[in-house]
Amino acid sequence: MILMKNQIIKLAGVAIACAVVSACDAEFDNPISGNTGDSGTADLSKFVTIGDSITAGYADGALYLAGQENSYPAILAQQFAVVGGDANFTQPLVSDNLGGLLAGGNQITDNRLVLDLTDPTSPSPVNLTGTPTTEVIGSGLNGTAFSNMGVPGAKSFHLGAPGYGDPAGILLGLSNPFFTRFASDPATATMIGDAAVQAPSFFVLWIGNNDVLSYATTGGVGTDQLGNTDYTFASYGSNDITDPIAFGIVYSGLVGALTANPAAQGVLVNIPDVSTLPYFTTVPYNAIPLDQATADYLNSNPNTIAYNAGLQAAVGVAPGFTQEEADARTINFVAGQNAPIIEDETLTNIGAPLIRQATANDLIILPVSGYLGTENANAVDVTPPAGLPWGLGTPLTDGDVLIPSEIAAIDTARAAFNTTIQAAADADANLILVDSAAIMQEISTTGIDYGTGAINADYATGGAFSLDGVHPTARGYAVVANRIIDAINTGFNASIPAVNPGDYTTIFVQ
Amino acid sequence: MKIRILVIASMCLSTSAFAGGYRVALQGQKALGMGHTGVAMTDSSEAVFFNPAAMTFLENDMDVSGGITLIDSVIKYQNQTANVAAETDNPMGTPVSFYISQRENEKLSYGLGIYTPYGNAVEWQKDWAGSHLVNNIELHAIYIQPTISYKLSDDFSVGFGPTIVSGSVDFNRNLSTSLIDANGDRSNVTLKASNVTAIGYNVGFLVKPSNDLSVGISYRSKVVLNARDESADFANIPASLQAAYFDTTFNADLVLPAELTVGVSYNLNSDLVLALDINRTYWSAYENLDVQFNNAAGTSLNPRNYNDANIVRLGAQYAMGEDLTLRAGMYFDNSPIGDGYYTPETARADSVGYTAGASYKVSKQMELDFSFLMLTFDEFNGSYDYYDQSGTLVSFSGDYASSVTTIGFGLNYKY
Repeated sequence: MILMKNQIIKLAGVAIACAVVSACDAEFDNPISGNTGDSGTADLSKFVTIGDSITAGYADGALYLAGQENSYPAILAQQFAVVGGDANFTQPLVSDNLGGLLAGGNQITDNRLVLDLTDPTSPSPVNLTGTPTTEVIGSGLNGTAFSNMGVPGAKSFHLGAPGYGDPAGILLGLSNPFFTRFASDPATATMIGDAAVQAPSFFVLWIGNNDVLSYATTGGVGTDQLGNTDYTFASYGSNDITDPIAFGIVYSGLVGALTANPAAQGVLVNIPDVSTLPYFTTVPYNAIPLDQATADYLNSNPNTIAYNAGLQAAVGVAPGFTQEEADARTINFVAGQNAPIIEDETLTNIGAPLIRQATANDLIILPVSGYLGTENANAVDVTPPAGLPWGLGTPLTDGDVLIPSEIAAIDTARAAFNTTIQAAADADANLILVDSAAIMQEISTTGIDYGTGAINADYATGGAFSLDGVHPTARGYAVVANRIIDAINTGFNASIPAVNPGDYTTIFVQ
Repeated sequence: MKIRILVIASMCLSTSAFAGGYRVALQGQKALGMGHTGVAMTDSSEAVFFNPAAMTFLENDMDVSGGITLIDSVIKYQNQTANVAAETDNPMGTPVSFYISQRENEKLSYGLGIYTPYGNAVEWQKDWAGSHLVNNIELHAIYIQPTISYKLSDDFSVGFGPTIVSGSVDFNRNLSTSLIDANGDRSNVTLKASNVTAIGYNVGFLVKPSNDLSVGISYRSKVVLNARDESADFANIPASLQAAYFDTTFNADLVLPAELTVGVSYNLNSDLVLALDINRTYWSAYENLDVQFNNAAGTSLNPRNYNDANIVRLGAQYAMGEDLTLRAGMYFDNSPIGDGYYTPETARADSVGYTAGASYKVSKQMELDFSFLMLTFDEFNGSYDYYDQSGTLVSFSGDYASSVTTIGFGLNYKY
């Protein structure tokens, strides 16, 4: 009994001591607090990034202050600083959160997009109103080079183009106002020159997106320059696909400039598939709901009947025109979801309009959601079937849709670019590859669970992509930054801490 | 002794309140000292709660107990992948209890109990990583239980009391993982309900096969608090959404599950009493915490799907002379929460509680009671996988570590 009594007293004593000193406070076995990390073999003392809008922190159709502050380079620099890296990472910050640019006092780019939910049945992105204050000519930022050399709109070959920031060329579309704003010398400097002159010990090069993307976002109206041996790029239009051989020549020059110091280390990022972007996946190919009466009305249109009859009559008559194509081009609306009529310049010319209904193999671009099925106020030449609504009476134009041949051209070029990028990373032991194509693929299929939440590629609601449907949100950029950190940690035996993507914003509701 | 313990107690008021599921088993200072056993104890009016049948076996004609417990709790959260950590700053929990048992005659006793078996007070830092699930919650449920107890024979008694339950809740969380207004402030909703009433009952049976052995069973019924047309305040809503997300009312049902307890107590000798209780809490009744808003927010689905869970409680009481009684106990509390349902408002793993207590007689009628509880939780990695983000179920996961310490004071008056 004495033993029992002593045990009771002892237990009581332990409990009292705990209550008094709170010594039993919960603690983790492996607390993350106090995790200072380590840069491993990476020399992060001078960090420079170069690329396009993604690198600049562009989002919601504009380059605005909060976007830049949460750019993936800014997040990387902040986390590098935790492990003793470059504490003086600089960005050419714009003047406000409206995001529009002024050139000589005139607004030349739109303000950022916000979502207006006044009518909950039709949420619509609208440009934020207000007069922007970011002047690109005589900004006061010229004269030095910035650590973040991301310039929205830049293609691979723009990085080495002298005068890419020449103010004289802005209104002619020959130069880039974003670079005008902060080029060390707008009239003569090159982006790669301004990056290389800083002699980075560590860099990220993420370029080539726009070499396919500008073609894609404009629905493939540009030219696929595959095989073009013009390595001055003078013959290129702004929405063309860059020839892969030309890309390879340019890319090795860029890597060479950044690795002029053989000890320089860096990350090369490849190019994602455009079909992982909500800009191309939000509008389904069969977006138009019809009831039976409306479908019957549309099908009874004499022009439709005549067009369909003409197709059948041309089989075996028009050279190369098959029954299969005739059937595929036949216009027929049904009760339920319907594909819009689209122009397709690859169809066989039988003297009839080059139109068909869209299929699951076509990608309709995001802006079409703004007018699909609504009346075409400017329609003059009404092609069959008659009636004005876009996609029903007026075919969607070449620039509204990526058709399979255009998608194939994009894929071919992108695959070649990524082979080039992979090879460049493989060729230098100081360089690692970050497979952004795989990251974007993951976001668009399963989504990415970042522990405290998740993002996917659903437009406006998924959290990964901003309202322009192409550029990530700050949260999306944070996920990308974490993946780059992961790759650096693996490649350079480092333990740079990640950020919590949940702490970063997504889209903005007006 | 008395003074010293009071000093210790006042030093303990340092931090904050309760972690874990919202059953707060602190319904008697004497019982808590013994691992919160009591279904077969016949030594105080705490029996009104623990087993109404035991009231007829109380020694005195009148027995009054009252007490307050101060709860210091913390939940810590971290997510290794997202490199983020958080910790609650819970308000001090102060559940109280009051019991009176009066003997009418040899066979019949009646009494009253006022106690708070369910409650929760968790306060995370505003806009923390899990703020779309909870920023803060405070739940109170007061039970008022008039009770009668009747001896069917010398060694067998039954007791019964209806419970009048009054609940209140104050709950705030962010509307989504991302929505902010033009100032960048997170959109959030506060639910407030008070004086939500419902009726239940508490029934018990006690048999004393011998003078030294008691066997008890008690059952406290499920109570569902139906909050109807209570207030839902939406804050920091973006301008274009304000017409849809206006301040409104909400309906929600909060389940306070039934609990069955069986147990024995045994007087090993004149000084030493041993007790064993097994609780089964029918948590499976807690299927969801769905909230129906009367605006565009519609119905918020929050599945919980708890499982029934058992608690095994052991206690001992030792009379150290005439005036001083010492108690100790421990219990093993199995979490009712299944994989994928760990929400940060009740992030609760299996736990082990260590308790101690003492009573000191200041006079023949008056006794001071003290209790201590140290509840230790396994550190665990858990997630809540059922957060609906625009039609996609999104998971919130991480490591949780929790601790609870309580200190309680009571008065027992009998004559």
